[in-house]
Amino acid sequence: MSERDLLLEIGCEEVPARFIDGAVQQLGDKLSAWLTENRIQHGAVKTYATPRRLTVLIHAVAEKQADKEEEVRGPAARIAKTPDGGWSKAAEGFARKNGLTVDQLTLKEVKGETYVFAQLHQPGEETVAQLLKGLPEVISSLHFPKTMRWNDRTRFIRPVRWLVCLFGEEVVPVEWAGLKAGNLTRGHRFLGQEIALTTPERYVEDLRGQYVLADVEERRNLILSQLRQLEETHNWKIPVDKGLLDEVTHLVEYPTAFYGTFSAEYLAVPREVLITTMREHQRYFPVEDRSGQLLPFFVAVRNGDSNGLENVAKGNEKVLRARLADARFFYDEDLKLPIEEANAKLANIVYQEELGSVGDRIGRIGEVARILAEQGGLPVDRSKLDRAAAICKFDLATQMVGEFPELEGIMGSHYALAHGEDAEVAKAIHEHYLPRFAGDDVPQHLLGGLIGLADKMDAIAASFGIGIQPTGSQDPYGLRRKAAGIVQILLSPSFQSLSLTALIEAAVDQLAQAGLLKVERLEVERDLLQFFALRLKAVMQEMEIRYDVIEAVLGGELSYPAFIIRKAQVLMDQLDRDAFKLEVEGFTRVANLAAKADDTAVTADLFADPAEHSLYEALNRAKTEWERAKENDDPGALYHALMIMVPEIHQYFDQVMVMVDDETVRKNRLALLREITSLTSAFAAFEHVVFPS
Amino acid sequence: MFKKTWGVVYFMNMQQMIKQLQEFWSSQGCVLVQPYDTEKGAGTLNPMTFLRALGPEPWKAAYVEPSRRPADGRYGENPNRLYQHHQFQVILKPVPENIQEIYLDSLKALGLDPLQHDIRFVEDNWENPTFGAAGLGWEVWVDGMEATQFTYFQQVGSMDVEPVSVELTYGLERLALYIQDKENVYELEWVDGVKYGDVFQQPEYEHSKYTFEISDKEWLFQLFDQYEREAKRALEENLVFPAYDYALKCSHTFNLLDARGAISVTERTGYIGRVRNLSRRIARAYIEEREKLGFPLLKDKGGESK
Repeated sequence: MSERDLLLEIGCEEVPARFIDGAVQQLGDKLSAWLTENRIQHGAVKTYATPRRLTVLIHAVAEKQADKEEEVRGPAARIAKTPDGGWSKAAEGFARKNGLTVDQLTLKEVKGETYVFAQLHQPGEETVAQLLKGLPEVISSLHFPKTMRWNDRTRFIRPVRWLVCLFGEEVVPVEWAGLKAGNLTRGHRFLGQEIALTTPERYVEDLRGQYVLADVEERRNLILSQLRQLEETHNWKIPVDKGLLDEVTHLVEYPTAFYGTFSAEYLAVPREVLITTMREHQRYFPVEDRSGQLLPFFVAVRNGDSNGLENVAKGNEKVLRARLADARFFYDEDLKLPIEEANAKLANIVYQEELGSVGDRIGRIGEVARILAEQGGLPVDRSKLDRAAAICKFDLATQMVGEFPELEGIMGSHYALAHGEDAEVAKAIHEHYLPRFAGDDVPQHLLGGLIGLADKMDAIAASFGIGIQPTGSQDPYGLRRKAAGIVQILLSPSFQSLSLTALIEAAVDQLAQAGLLKVERLEVERDLLQFFALRLKAVMQEMEIRYDVIEAVLGGELSYPAFIIRKAQVLMDQLDRDAFKLEVEGFTRVANLAAKADDTAVTADLFADPAEHSLYEALNRAKTEWERAKENDDPGALYHALMIMVPEIHQYFDQVMVMVDDETVRKNRLALLREITSLTSAFAAFEHVVFPS
Repeated sequence: MFKKTWGVVYFMNMQQMIKQLQEFWSSQGCVLVQPYDTEKGAGTLNPMTFLRALGPEPWKAAYVEPSRRPADGRYGENPNRLYQHHQFQVILKPVPENIQEIYLDSLKALGLDPLQHDIRFVEDNWENPTFGAAGLGWEVWVDGMEATQFTYFQQVGSMDVEPVSVELTYGLERLALYIQDKENVYELEWVDGVKYGDVFQQPEYEHSKYTFEISDKEWLFQLFDQYEREAKRALEENLVFPAYDYALKCSHTFNLLDARGAISVTERTGYIGRVRNLSRRIARAYIEEREKLGFPLLKDKGGESK
């Protein structure tokens, strides 16, 4: 069948950089899915995008839909056929409905009954006709986090001003949003012109002639190579923030990198401030010397060629001067603000509606951090912990953090040092925000770690306490990220002795005392534990621990995440052992019966069968081993302790009937099983482990 | 007509800039209205934008708006921040299909040749929760400088607008700093021989001192209540414009109190909500009153307008 390339270009007013990749990806996926759905064969899908256009080019699209062969089942043969072997009214009706005559019907047996069938053949239609109908729906189905209207009711990310749709050389005059697609596209806003496209294959080249580099990768690589060029020429290092590179790539159609300079006196301001000012306000790349020292230069990317580049650089320098003057003003003013005064202002910064001010949180965070340090037996200097907790948020009241919220903690550390605070205390102000994102560093010091755990848990528990939990994609307060951060910290070596459940309890306790719980306390704690179990599950999945093993260890005790993972690894090691199945069966059988037990204590005198005695002894040996293993913090040995009981468990079930009529004996037997289960279930909920049948 | 300042920028004093913009937008069919005489924080709040953006009637207007932001007062000492700055404001309803090109021509009228500069549209969505107004658009960058806020209104007075208006807000001081190659607003030339500072430094100082040190909180709180009451009374008589004036008074009074640090965190939402309620009621009443008048500006009742 003959085929042509298909090109669809949606010409927009400048689409926000952060939405471009997602938008064009959707466009490609949805158009290709639509073609498939409509039986239009096609080849590879390629997308292009600039701020002013979202484009998809699909290779080798069939000129016609594939024919549709369909078999429709009609009435059973005994109804469709008359006794004399002719066709009944029912058969005639069925044939008519499907546009056939009775002699075109066929008979076929399905599950012992014969039916009439109509073989339908629907010839494929012209692709162009399908596109005219389907493309408007495809465009309308693009989803954006934010949309707008500009003339009628049509919604899109930004106004759409032209459409191009070419099928080979043929224009497909698709209509959408009051526009009719043609072959006219627009070049670069200032350097290019409107041109007529001839074929999809020439799209990229034709646009290049109009100063538009439609290929995102090409644009990104060009910017990178221009940065490399500047590095070489000036012997610089230009650290490239990937997010910034992506954004800049989508702010231009024809990139030209250039550099400018600023007064070296600004280098006295902390480098994070300079870098953030340049990135957030101006989308500039910072410049370092080969040793990583910040230099008074910046690199920006212009949307255009090198014409008038010195003016562009001069203009940007002028803008940056005002920005840096502002930043330095904030910095100098902030330095004049005593920490205690800043701290007092926190009472006026709303943390979250219903949850009071940031100031209200400080006391709770400190208390939880102290409890945690004591319980975990961590060697921290109590007075430093108190101080760090008391001033961990003071920088939220500074002008710099007001301007650049992402500098919270970082500015606090700088300012605290400038005010003569202890270096460890200052460091904790920064570290307690870590990790800020997945894969970020965790706190390297105890102070920052403890306060960070307390801070994050207070935030999560407070939110759960007023009934706000993340659901689906909704997590406006970033609670999942915070919880993942807590898990990451608890998994790092210095913090493994801290208990997650104790942390939850301490945080909820503080909130209860402050009268901030609107949800029943036990419910909050239960939900929190579940929430953290999910985070832990994600961590283990990433480590490729088997699903059933994850379920099993999460069914056990949840206090020490690092230990849970080590237990999971012990179980992963057991999976290859033949005997493991027997062990799990034993534990599971015990657990199933133990569920029927009440709280009767085991009385050895009531044992009647030798197997009871030997199981009881095995349990006591296991307990001794268990305690030793626990002391040695050795999950492998814990499991070995449980293994001790396995032969006796099986022997017991061979010889002893548990559910006997004599209530005293029965209860005593169940009590023994319950004791065993309390040991095994502390390790894992073994019933979740699955064996291939 | 104009002399080059640096590179490729022509020198214009502020008066010339304003005249160029007025001339340009006048030629685009805008009504050149004058600054509104009630205090406001932004040109958007001039009734010629806020109210006229509502309803089906076409509208094109342009004007300079002195805008008061009490909290930004810096006693006339900061080179960039002002108690009162000047915006050049344009509103067009419905939106011309080639509005971006028209806008870029207005930059050329200011002597900014796009081939000699880097002009970009960078995402920036605007909202004013106090007046229930929000829109999507960009800040337009000229060599990294925010020259204009370019917004397609989506909501005004807490109502979806239809048709959509486009609002262009030029920051005059910032543009002038760029065009005149100055680092300090007070050094800007308003006209030959008269500097910005000659005209505005004293009021900047006095307003800052008044706002931060002298204003009478108790009295301002009373004023807020009284303005609100009067706005509601006017609304009951369907007097939209007077009601709106008092809503603006409420808003400015709130800004003064806020700058004074007189409004606690918990009270803030309440005060903002009160102004928003007024503005919502006023917006509805405006449309009703225009409808009673038969939407006079809707000359072609078929819906399309020039």
